[in-house]
Amino acid sequence: MITYIVIGVVVVLIFWLLMTYNGLVTLRNRVREAWSQIDVQLKRRSSLIPNLVEAVKGYVKHEKGVLEEVTKARTSLMSAKNPHEAAEADNMLTGALKSLFAVAENYPNLKASENFIKLQDELSDTETKVAASRQFYNTNVLDLNNSLETVPSAWIGQMFGFKKEEFFKATDEEKKDVEVKF
Amino acid sequence: MATVNTAWDHVSGNIFKTWVIMFLFSLFTVAVVYIIARGFGYGEVGGLGIVGFALIMAGIMNFVSYFWSDKIVLGVSGAKPIKKEDNPEVYRIVENLCIAAGLPLPKIYIIDDTATNAFATGRDPKHAAIAFTKGILQKLNKQELEGVTAHELSHVGNRDTLLMAVVSVLVGTIALLADFFLRSMFYGGRDREGRGNQLFVILAIVAAILAPIVATLIQLAVSRRREFLADASGVLLTRYPQGLASALQKISGDREPLEVANRGTAHLYIVNPLKGQDAKQWLAGLFNTHPPIEMRIKALREMEGKI
Repeated sequence: MITYIVIGVVVVLIFWLLMTYNGLVTLRNRVREAWSQIDVQLKRRSSLIPNLVEAVKGYVKHEKGVLEEVTKARTSLMSAKNPHEAAEADNMLTGALKSLFAVAENYPNLKASENFIKLQDELSDTETKVAASRQFYNTNVLDLNNSLETVPSAWIGQMFGFKKEEFFKATDEEKKDVEVKF
Repeated sequence: MATVNTAWDHVSGNIFKTWVIMFLFSLFTVAVVYIIARGFGYGEVGGLGIVGFALIMAGIMNFVSYFWSDKIVLGVSGAKPIKKEDNPEVYRIVENLCIAAGLPLPKIYIIDDTATNAFATGRDPKHAAIAFTKGILQKLNKQELEGVTAHELSHVGNRDTLLMAVVSVLVGTIALLADFFLRSMFYGGRDREGRGNQLFVILAIVAAILAPIVATLIQLAVSRRREFLADASGVLLTRYPQGLASALQKISGDREPLEVANRGTAHLYIVNPLKGQDAKQWLAGLFNTHPPIEMRIKALREMEGKI
């Protein structure tokens, strides 16, 4: 009798261990998938930049530095290898674009150009999409981190070397931007 | 569950309550099935045969309406699909919220009606559809529309079509079983002695009369719970409860009923499209597919600034 109970307990334990382990793997994969979604949106964003630079170049004569900033930020965004680097480059690009659009204010012809308006519109939509994919990424990171910090799944996580992931944070500058909007 | 006020608390609270209702509903179904099966009384096997028949019938009927939920509802409501060029603003709102929710982009439809309403349906996120009336697109601003869209996408993400289909199977089984039993009492009367215990026959008559009503009430309670849940999950997407709250306010202020909605599709919409029947009394409230709008707005106000 006792042997059966012991065998039963062991079987249940193994089953539970497998389930928890698989659950953690699923959560970790979701974080990775969510990350690749951010990547898709960031790529989309950087692919709009050359067109923008092309559209602006003809009008902006004196502030070439602004354009160089944008191009530089784009390059570092393209070469970013991890969430942290991408976040930094993306924030840099946001800042550079902001000064570009501020400069554009001084060129009525540029502001009125249909192409420029369309690109601006596309870029602002892409920015929303980047923010949305970041939100989804953070939701998934939260799920993973919750599992890795609450027992009993935290024990399994430790046993198999699962690591907590970092949230994709907004910069202080971006937070200010949001406040202005409302 | 001491302090239910953040959007997270509202989400987990409503999920918990759904499970409690579903658990009690399962117990209720088992009890009713047992009583009626005993009331039929021709041995365990015969009674169970009828139960199995009712279950299969209800299962098939509901499977059809579940599997083709999008086609049926969209057909009935006369919704027309749109492309990005037709209405880029709405398209983008849906697109961006889908990214935030991690859902595939559903098909987007517009109903040519000035009433203010919207609904989502589909058997799973890959076959989901979301529909807006022309009226809602005209009357709501961007933030309100985002609130409504997030609510509808939450129905998709929470698999509410599936849950309601499961509930309908249980309700249908009980209704069919009750019907079979009452019919057999009237027409058959076949070898009364064959029927088991007289006590079970009486109990079964009572159950056959009351159980379908109770089952429908439980179904409506689940539906209302899922509305609260979709409101809260939607807030987690937009992070802006004020948007949905003011949308609900505007929609409830608009008394125009939606002609293409009927009692079969009413539960899908963001607010009851039949209007004029928004019962305030507790008893009448039990028969509503949606919670009173004031209660939904109150819950949303609670989440403000606490997400």
